[in-house]
Amino acid sequence: MSATVRRQWRTFKWAAWLGWEMDSNWTEPALFIVYSVVKPVAGAFILVLMYIVFAAIGNYRDPAMFSYIYVGNSFFIFVGSTLFGTFQVIQADREWYQTLRYTYISPISYYTYIVGRAASKVAVGGLAVLITLIFGVFVLGVQFQMTLGSVPIFFVGLVLGLFCLVSIGICLAGVSFMTAKHTHGLAEGIPGIFYVFCGVLFPLTALPGWAQSFGRGIPLTYWFDLTRRLILPPNTIDSGLGFFSDLEILALLLASSLIFFLLSLGIFKLGEYMARKAGKIDMTTSY
Amino acid sequence: MSAATVTSRIPHRIRLNLRAVVGRAYPRIVGANREPSWIFFEAILPLLGIAAYVFIYQALANRVLLDPTVSAADKAATVAATNALIGSVVLGGTMIAFWLNVLWSMASQLYWEKEIGNLQLYMMAPMSRMALLGGMAVGGMFMTSVRAITTLVAGVVVFSIVLQVTNPFLLIAVFFATLVALYGMGMTLASLYLLWGREAWHLSALLEEPIFFTSGFYFPAGGLAYVGGWGRVLLTAATAIPATLGLDAMRQLVFPGAWGDKLWIFSPEVELVIILVLGVVFLVLARYALAYLELLARREGRLTSRHQ
Repeated sequence: MSATVRRQWRTFKWAAWLGWEMDSNWTEPALFIVYSVVKPVAGAFILVLMYIVFAAIGNYRDPAMFSYIYVGNSFFIFVGSTLFGTFQVIQADREWYQTLRYTYISPISYYTYIVGRAASKVAVGGLAVLITLIFGVFVLGVQFQMTLGSVPIFFVGLVLGLFCLVSIGICLAGVSFMTAKHTHGLAEGIPGIFYVFCGVLFPLTALPGWAQSFGRGIPLTYWFDLTRRLILPPNTIDSGLGFFSDLEILALLLASSLIFFLLSLGIFKLGEYMARKAGKIDMTTSY
Repeated sequence: MSAATVTSRIPHRIRLNLRAVVGRAYPRIVGANREPSWIFFEAILPLLGIAAYVFIYQALANRVLLDPTVSAADKAATVAATNALIGSVVLGGTMIAFWLNVLWSMASQLYWEKEIGNLQLYMMAPMSRMALLGGMAVGGMFMTSVRAITTLVAGVVVFSIVLQVTNPFLLIAVFFATLVALYGMGMTLASLYLLWGREAWHLSALLEEPIFFTSGFYFPAGGLAYVGGWGRVLLTAATAIPATLGLDAMRQLVFPGAWGDKLWIFSPEVELVIILVLGVVFLVLARYALAYLELLARREGRLTSRHQ
């Protein structure tokens, strides 16, 4: 292992440890796990109630659509936790703990540090996804069907999806260098873009034509579609991506993940440069 | 001190506290709007989250419309019901801005002030703590109203929602009563932060999705009554949160007769009375909780301890 790789690994490892401690050491581990799971499960319940209300009003049941929505929402937990885990680092360190200036001048890669800080949130998000899915299958009757042959593609897709999410999170972190205290606006809004345009909760075909085209340009669209193909039984829902095979979707996901990785490097460097130039690197906005 | 002196000091104290209210509201009314990026982050982006929920109803309705086994009459009924559901999502999504403001800029604000070192300055100043919280609430209401109205107008236009306002005065009364009760609740929660640190911060985080769910921000809360005993228990508990009844009343007033009136909790008039009672209770509770927890925090030396 070269010295550079060792240094990057050390930064990642200690940032991940720091992130975990900051996230979890305010309470007992058991309470922390409950806390981490209640939010996403409540989010899933919103959809369950939306479906129940719709079904009660129209007296119409659609279990395939319900499973489609539920699984999409479960995996969307990764989006919220990964994006928030990355871009909130800038604002938390800058405005809350006011330690950004110290971390920033230390001999580490700040990019790697942010990825490390996000790692604990991704891990906790993974647990929440698992619990939400298990709850859905055993309590809410979500249809689940996965063959052994699909498992490798599923995990490759999962890794690529998370890689892409971290890259997008870093792009946002680059933007955060220049913005005021908008963590919550970003946390609600940016996942909202993916919520709408990536066919997370409904098929892309429910969107107007221009929005479908925009959605097809976002890698997460392919990840969500691939995941649902692999873990749900065949259905009549037109996702708008039926003409791609599983492997083609995987290839698209790989290519777009690499593009977003390169973008993240560029945007992060640009944000950093502009913040330093404008004297905003350790700015606080206390309203 | 003689009674006459106490009486003569009342105008001074009122002036002092009003100045504190204005002083604390100022950065939220003027300062926050100096940063124009809020238009994108706090007015436009939330609309996307709302749009996602709108399209869920749209996608469910599309499936009904494409189903050849469903009669034409049922399809027409589905279209009408979906329009009202979409409108209720936009209204609920708009009110989320207030709930988030109560949680993050009201309840947890004293924790934030403690972290950045302002709390000790507030504590040394001669004004009432309630004036400080009142200023935060007034400023927060204004700041959030600007953002929420922008989101609402954009939502109504983008999703072509037809609002039928049957009783505008009652609607305005419900809206402002809900805001007062919500911010009163935020003031009560704020006192907890004098004593606790990150535990309370995480409590705020925990009060997002679970409250969106129980208060029915994205569906008529009355729907909870259709999911059995636990749903009715949740609905009963949720009526203690002013947003639940406030949203229900506002939806009744802008979507009269929607879903055959099957999903409402109480009539808007009854809900307004309950919200007013909640508002008074929360404001009184805030006054006493603040005094008690401040004393406790001083005694335990946790009033200004940062990063706990």
